[in-house]
Amino acid sequence: MEALYAATTGILTACGVYLILRGRTFPIVVGLTMLSYAANLFLFSMGGLRTAYTTIIGANMPYADPLPQALVLTAIVIGFAMTAFVVILAMRARGDLGSDHADGQRSDEPREEKQ
Amino acid sequence: MSQHLLIFPIILPLVAGLLLLWQRQGAVLVKRVVGISATTLLVIVGIAMVITADDDTIRYYALGNWQPPFGIILVLDRLSAIMVLTTALLALASVIYASAGQDEEGSNFHGLFQLQLMGINGAFMTGDLFNLFVFFEVLLIASYALLMHGGGKGRTQAGVHYVVLNVAGSSLFLFGLGVLYGTLGSLNMADMAVRVQYLDATQAGLTLAGALLLLTVFMLKAAMLPMYFWLPRAYAAAPAAVAALFTVMTKVGIYAILRVFTLIFGEKANHLANISLPWLWWGGLATLVLAGIGVLSARDLRTQVCYMILISVGTLLIALGMHHESSIAALLYYTIHTTLITGGLFLLADVIDDQRGKAGARIVKSRPVLQPTRLGLLYFIGMISVIGLPPLSGAIGKALILLSAEASERAWLWPTLLISSLCGIVAAARAGSTVFWHTSAGEPSGTPMGKLRSIGVYSLIGSSIVLTVFAGPLTAYTQAAAEQLLSPERYIQSILIRDTEGDAL
Repeated sequence: MEALYAATTGILTACGVYLILRGRTFPIVVGLTMLSYAANLFLFSMGGLRTAYTTIIGANMPYADPLPQALVLTAIVIGFAMTAFVVILAMRARGDLGSDHADGQRSDEPREEKQ
Repeated sequence: MSQHLLIFPIILPLVAGLLLLWQRQGAVLVKRVVGISATTLLVIVGIAMVITADDDTIRYYALGNWQPPFGIILVLDRLSAIMVLTTALLALASVIYASAGQDEEGSNFHGLFQLQLMGINGAFMTGDLFNLFVFFEVLLIASYALLMHGGGKGRTQAGVHYVVLNVAGSSLFLFGLGVLYGTLGSLNMADMAVRVQYLDATQAGLTLAGALLLLTVFMLKAAMLPMYFWLPRAYAAAPAAVAALFTVMTKVGIYAILRVFTLIFGEKANHLANISLPWLWWGGLATLVLAGIGVLSARDLRTQVCYMILISVGTLLIALGMHHESSIAALLYYTIHTTLITGGLFLLADVIDDQRGKAGARIVKSRPVLQPTRLGLLYFIGMISVIGLPPLSGAIGKALILLSAEASERAWLWPTLLISSLCGIVAAARAGSTVFWHTSAGEPSGTPMGKLRSIGVYSLIGSSIVLTVFAGPLTAYTQAAAEQLLSPERYIQSILIRDTEGDAL
């Protein structure tokens, strides 16, 4: 399970970093989303990966570390809000600058015709 | 009452910000009054904190009365008191300046401004590393909206870079936090500082990776080479009152480095003692060199101020890298100085822009400004101060940093710092003579600087004189703050050992 989990997180991070380095805003937004997913998965596993542990303290059983769960919840909410903001910003940039390039350059592709 | 003082720098802007967001349109006067009075109260809270912290006890405030290391705590020591007061003073001048009309260029200026203050103050006060992340996000999301206040192509363009970089930086922060929690098992800074001393040697490499990830994020915030390229564009595009407030944001990065890498990864950190120092030292020197070249290349007064900020960031990083008690004391004094003065210069550049018609703040031959004597003198005083020419506060700050270097460090520090200052003098002299003297024929346009704008500009640039006059007590205070920072056991003891419930920890 650990190998699978680690590989998933690693691949997500690698894809995220690759996409962030692209020139256009859409891949960048997708890349940021992937990177924040990877960060969330990583946070979730930071207390160690265990199965069949109870989530409630009190019973005579080993219990899971509650802190990463609380933290990952916070991180998900913040990541979600930030992604929403980036999406809106990317659309605004497309409208204001007439290009979806992160540096605001005119694209070489023919632009869709305006009516 | 005094026990609850620690929560005020966060609660006050939060409540004011929420009240101001109540109505999006209209009620301009009410919003200005609420914004200015909330910020004035914040200055009073800041002064009370500086006085409270002066007795050398480190106080903490356990939110929800969950005692450390389990709950989130706010910590008041000399360093956080200095930073909160500096922020409040800068914010008061900015918000007064904005009330002259800039706040009406877009919507929700005052509400966002207060929420940004809440994020900045929270970052300075918190004693929990994850909470630091949360406050970073609070201040960032407010800053994204403020940067684009008023709209326009330049701001959208700068905003895309700024937002993407910072969102990616936040992910890195989370990775770093995850690694550190995995190896140290705590996120309370004082508790982490204890645990890192007993860290198993096999875990040292992993912890080092986590610590360096955090350092990368803080360096991105502080704008160190090679992560400063976003700064000149973003700060030059932002509205003047916002840009002035943003000058404290690079200092949030400096503060975070200072806090985490003296307390957790400081002298006592066993395998990981002082890991940040070479990075800060060499990174600071490189930043200083490039910022010196950048200030010569600037074609706009605002960009020039941006590179002045980068020169100060480089200087601060070098002082952090030296890590002597005297250099930390000097850098705290220099931080107060550079935050207030560069903020004032942004406001001044906006006034000059307003009076030069089409030429704006660009450094080109153009028609004269409406108030050449007044603006020229302000520019002269501001630039002398920020570059570090005697007799103003910049000279005191830079001299203290130069003196704190050891003999082996002087060979690197002195030429670099002095040559970058020389670049600053050349650039400022050229820009000043072009803007104020090489004028073409033509009637000046624009409006004279009104009462509110004058208060903002005069108080920030005039603060240099105040900082010079009161340099004695100020340096005594920063010296004591540096002593406090370099003996982290006092911080740890006052948070972990003293327990109101009497439980031994």
